[in-house]
Amino acid sequence: MIVVAYTPDVYGEAALAHAVTEAGIRRLGVVVVNATRGDAFVDERFASGERLAELDAALGEQGLTHEVRQPVGVEPSEAVIDVVKEVGGTLVVVGIRHRSPVGKVLMGSVAQRILLDAPCPVLAVKPAG
Amino acid sequence: METLSLLGGGMLDALTPMNLAWACIGVLLGTFVGVLPGVGPAMAVALLLPVTYGLDVTSALIMFAGIYYGGMYGGSTTSILLNTPGESASVMTALEGNKMAKAGRAAQALATAAIGSFVAGTIGTLGVIFFAPPLAEFAVQIGAPSYFAIMLLSMVLVSAVLGASKLRGFLGLFIGLAIGLVGLDGSTAQPRAMLGLNQLAEGIDVVVVAVGLFAVGEALWTAAHLRRKPLQIIPVGRPWMGKDDWRRSWKPWLRGTALGFPFGAVPAGGAETPTFLSYVAERKLAKGGKGREKFGEGAIEGVAGPEAANNASAAGTLVPLLALGLPVTATSAVMLAAIQGYGITPGPTLMTDQPDLIWALLASLLIGNALLLILNLPLAPVWAKLLRIPRPQLYAGILFFASLGAYAFRQQPFDVALLVVFGALGFAIRRFGIPVLPLILGVILGPLMEAKLREALDLSSGDLSGLFNEPIALIVYAIIVIVVVAPLVWSRVAPTATPTTPHEVLEKDRQEVGS
Repeated sequence: MIVVAYTPDVYGEAALAHAVTEAGIRRLGVVVVNATRGDAFVDERFASGERLAELDAALGEQGLTHEVRQPVGVEPSEAVIDVVKEVGGTLVVVGIRHRSPVGKVLMGSVAQRILLDAPCPVLAVKPAG
Repeated sequence: METLSLLGGGMLDALTPMNLAWACIGVLLGTFVGVLPGVGPAMAVALLLPVTYGLDVTSALIMFAGIYYGGMYGGSTTSILLNTPGESASVMTALEGNKMAKAGRAAQALATAAIGSFVAGTIGTLGVIFFAPPLAEFAVQIGAPSYFAIMLLSMVLVSAVLGASKLRGFLGLFIGLAIGLVGLDGSTAQPRAMLGLNQLAEGIDVVVVAVGLFAVGEALWTAAHLRRKPLQIIPVGRPWMGKDDWRRSWKPWLRGTALGFPFGAVPAGGAETPTFLSYVAERKLAKGGKGREKFGEGAIEGVAGPEAANNASAAGTLVPLLALGLPVTATSAVMLAAIQGYGITPGPTLMTDQPDLIWALLASLLIGNALLLILNLPLAPVWAKLLRIPRPQLYAGILFFASLGAYAFRQQPFDVALLVVFGALGFAIRRFGIPVLPLILGVILGPLMEAKLREALDLSSGDLSGLFNEPIALIVYAIIVIVVVAPLVWSRVAPTATPTTPHEVLEKDRQEVGS
């Protein structure tokens, strides 16, 4: 299975697009993970129910074996890695963004934790342009 | 005419750069805490109490008034965009407001809420300016027995009439009264409920109780429910209204104001009833209209009316606060504690003893209201971003200020321990659904009420008839009896009556949706 760390923004969409391409080549299924720490009233990286339903339908149309998960109340990087271990993932796809040094210190980096901790190869992608 | 010249003098005081700055800080801080569900103006004022003892009293009160009004504005933003009313007063705003936002009319909903609040707040404040002085003049003449009766009425109304359960209301009230009893007795210097602790001799400071209940209690409650599914916020730009929105809004604003102000001004308190009545009235009146969104699909009238009622009643609560020294909302109770902290006796003499203070405060309310409108229309998207603050960081900050405030007041570690005790109490009352308003009212009004009771009994040499020898006292006792007995009789006579309280109606709506 290919595991995608998904967020409803350009980075997450880029990761998803690459994951779908890879899944087609490798003839594997896709697990979409959109996790939130759930410690604020609003988390802009937490996808709405409608967006996930759209995504689910789009993946279905492409004839991929797929699954969409939305764990709440966990560290997003840990949630992704837990899913990788659970489904026996062979590849993790994650979108990365530019961070200033200060931003990294303050906010940590989900992508970095996944790169360091994942038990399988990680494909780090950037949005086009 | 005299009122106007006094108000003019107050304007001059309030418009000094320093006081204007405090008003600005107050409204910004108020909106900030109003936007965040769970962090309300009562908590903000309680947290700032110790900080403001360094300020002069006028500046402090101007800032608190800004927080009070600002909290109302902030609450409506969250109700509309997130559908999580921060307090009972904005429940009605959320009903139609969130539906408007979902239908893509968030900007208009926010605009009608902000402008309606401004209109209602301004009319309401003018109401305070014209009603409070004559009421105070009248109240100066009434004696201790009547005063005692009025305080009793206020407590009974807050405990029995507001809220869903009389039992829980009175539980809260009696816990509060018990806390107010602790310390050396005022006239005989006997220790009461001190548990052998000398640090309690001066009584428990209201600041510690308020900060413990509101800040520490809320922080513990949040910690117990730390991780929850995030809510979907509706993105919004700058609020604005079209011509049709104005045409549909101005009448509900005025009707809401007319409903809200009297409810705030009588010691029945709370914005819950008037916002509910305004919602029901607008829903009934809206039935004739054609080609518009119906109620239940995001009708602008359903936002304009309750939001105006909410702010008008907030202004109305200042009438009993300033004229009688009677608070009827949690925030005004904490503001009363602030006034006491400066060694000023609240009550009918306040207006004559401290005219400069009162008129500067009233003038700054008008200014604060205008500031809110100017700030909030362009800043709405920024306020919405505040909801992304992670709870651990937010509440760590709140706890820091809470402990600092409790310690700074007397520099006694004992007070920090007390803070923890009241924090635990605050958590417990939330867990068991006991309303906080009767409790804090008991703490603050209890000692004042006891003083009046003793004064009355001293005059009659301990004879109980001394409590009933004024006509006003008798009238107030009669009202208390009616308020307590009438609902009991009513429920016997008409057992399956139509729902009358906001709780019942919401419950009924929910059932209808479910079925």
